[in-house]
Amino acid sequence: MSRVAVLKGGPSLEREVSLRSGTNVELALGRLGHEVVAIDADQHLVRALRDVRPEVAFIALHGRGGEDGTVQEILEILKIPYTGSGVLASERAMDKVVSKALFRVADVPSPHGYAFSKEAFSKMGAAEALPEIQQALGLPLCVKPARQGSALGISIVREPGDLGGAILNAMGFDDRVLVERFVPGRELAVSVVMARDPWALPVIEAVPLGHDFYDFEARYTPGETELRPPRDLDEATVQEAAAVSIAAARALGCRGIARVDLILDDEGRLWVLEVNTIPGMTDTSLLPKAAEVAGIGFDRVVADMLDLAALDT
Amino acid sequence: MSTSDVTDNTGTGAPMPPQTPLVGPADAARYDSRFSALASGTTSSVMRDLMAITEKADIISLAGGLPDTETFPREIFDEIAGEIGTDFLAASLQYGPTDGMGDLREQIVSVMADEGARARADDVLITTGGQQAIDLSIRTFVNRGDPVLAEGPTYPGAAPCFTAYGADVTHVPMDDDGMREDLLEEAYHRLAAEGRPPKILYTIPNFQNPAGVTMSRERRERLVEFAHRVGLLIIEDNPYGQIRFEGDPLPTLYELDDGAGWVVYLGTFSKILAPGVRVGWAVAPPQVLRKMNLGKQAADLCSSTLTQRFVTEYLRRYDYREHVARVTGIYRRRRDAMLSALEARFPEGATWTRPRGGLFVWATLPDFIDTTALQAKALERQVAFVPGEGAFLDGRGRNSMRLNFSGVPESVITEGIGRLGDVVTDFIALHDALNPGAR
Repeated sequence: MSRVAVLKGGPSLEREVSLRSGTNVELALGRLGHEVVAIDADQHLVRALRDVRPEVAFIALHGRGGEDGTVQEILEILKIPYTGSGVLASERAMDKVVSKALFRVADVPSPHGYAFSKEAFSKMGAAEALPEIQQALGLPLCVKPARQGSALGISIVREPGDLGGAILNAMGFDDRVLVERFVPGRELAVSVVMARDPWALPVIEAVPLGHDFYDFEARYTPGETELRPPRDLDEATVQEAAAVSIAAARALGCRGIARVDLILDDEGRLWVLEVNTIPGMTDTSLLPKAAEVAGIGFDRVVADMLDLAALDT
Repeated sequence: MSTSDVTDNTGTGAPMPPQTPLVGPADAARYDSRFSALASGTTSSVMRDLMAITEKADIISLAGGLPDTETFPREIFDEIAGEIGTDFLAASLQYGPTDGMGDLREQIVSVMADEGARARADDVLITTGGQQAIDLSIRTFVNRGDPVLAEGPTYPGAAPCFTAYGADVTHVPMDDDGMREDLLEEAYHRLAAEGRPPKILYTIPNFQNPAGVTMSRERRERLVEFAHRVGLLIIEDNPYGQIRFEGDPLPTLYELDDGAGWVVYLGTFSKILAPGVRVGWAVAPPQVLRKMNLGKQAADLCSSTLTQRFVTEYLRRYDYREHVARVTGIYRRRRDAMLSALEARFPEGATWTRPRGGLFVWATLPDFIDTTALQAKALERQVAFVPGEGAFLDGRGRNSMRLNFSGVPESVITEGIGRLGDVVTDFIALHDALNPGAR
């Protein structure tokens, strides 16, 4: 049994979600018999880690700072093995633009899109290229901040005149924005265990109830979304979803357990939207649901994540 | 910070390690299927989650609504606490009557008289803060789906009550003279023509939260006249009336109603004394008060007898108006600092109110700015405000924000507004870059 530091909270916009994930993880680690120390990842993080001297750090942070390689780099310096992906893979997965480029190289299907930085608009007149984007990608479009989790700042553009506003909105959350073709279809999530022989947990479908898409509120409010195993998927699609998800996580170099978000379009094609290197562990999150459906339970998933904890170097 | 720490156990018996709960995420469904409709209807939101970060250190928060509690004299507190221990200990540790301590109800009548409102002690129900008075008054009158009128924007803290009881809120716009009484009449008639006349109007006439504006005397008179004519019940919430920086006090709607019984008045000691005592009150006709009393019995039996006694003894020994004058002076300087900073640092296209009292300024930005997205950007610069959408129940207010000046010293206000101004300026520049030729 080990002394495990659960890193949670922090200053990111997803602080509240992280606190909920962290609490669930702490309880599970306790049930597994570990010595658990919760640390709020604030400006005293390094000092707290030095005081606590954990054998392993369980990262339950979401969003900037926790999911983008920052805290991972700190743990590398302190030589404390940590759960989830390493520094570089975290950075790649956090940035939807970088991810998309790597997916393309690895032949992982992902909706076509373009990325713009704030400077492109403020210094290079990129706004004049917006009509070309609409022409190339068609409507509707999905506009996302390049680096932000939990669907914050994401909007769907259905009218030609709304693209500028959607980009502006997304720029509130990141200086770089991704404009991609909106692929209508069913929202699936596959959690992958990137062990020596990677394997996938059961596919979970997020069925939003009365929401435009799986947005922030639908994600974290019980009853607003139904998470369930898709009943009517054929075995080939299930297998393909698992294979594509593992390929996506591999393309980014992920470690530990990652969650891959996909769309199954009306023609039965799968599209990878993003990889989450620190999947949510809240009561309404997808990974805990997948563990339940798989019949292995939440605690086992937490144990697996801990087993896969490592250092890059 | 450690969940494994066995903390000092100061109670009796041996210290015990905390129990490890056996409940995990998979058990969430167990509760989901049991939650009441009311609990299920109460949801988290982006805004509320973002607000959680504003409590972190290093963030300049213009988001709170906190009165100043630093300046309350320590020796006065000690004296009253000692007095309670000597003379009123047993009674102050005991349950009390649901409608509150008799002495305090008399004193509340005189506090109201200081604002020119004549009430009877028998009509006073003491509540656990002004918030309970709001909750009780809404639950006393509103059925699910009932039409209700409120200012737009309305008090963000009332919004969850409206939602919980299923009020169908129609917002009435405001200008510098407070709620547009003419538009209120229009809204009333429109709803009445649909066969659903509004049951109640919820309003904060003085230094409204969040807008900061005050209803003019003329509009107050017309409003009460209208209420009498059509039979509209008014819930007048007046937490800030005495926090006036300039100008003459205006009559309360309660006073203008002149005993006709069309106004339920809500007051609180939170701003004129301290919010920690959690003592507020409602004044209503006996028929209404009885129902509110029953509601309060179910909610908490009675408000804290200990803090009621504290307020009573304080009011008996000291002139609370001196304390009000002290905090009002502090807030006035802070308001001035905020208005100067806004003038200096907010870009063209932004407008804001100039409150003559209270705790808040309401700023409106160009309509293409979503202040929830702006909040994310502002938090990067370590400054926070309340996005306007929380003050509307119909999705409006997305381009506005509430700025609090009472809780932060002048220099910090200046710095915070400066940073916020930069963020807004950036956003506008970006918008212009995204819409070439729009200007």
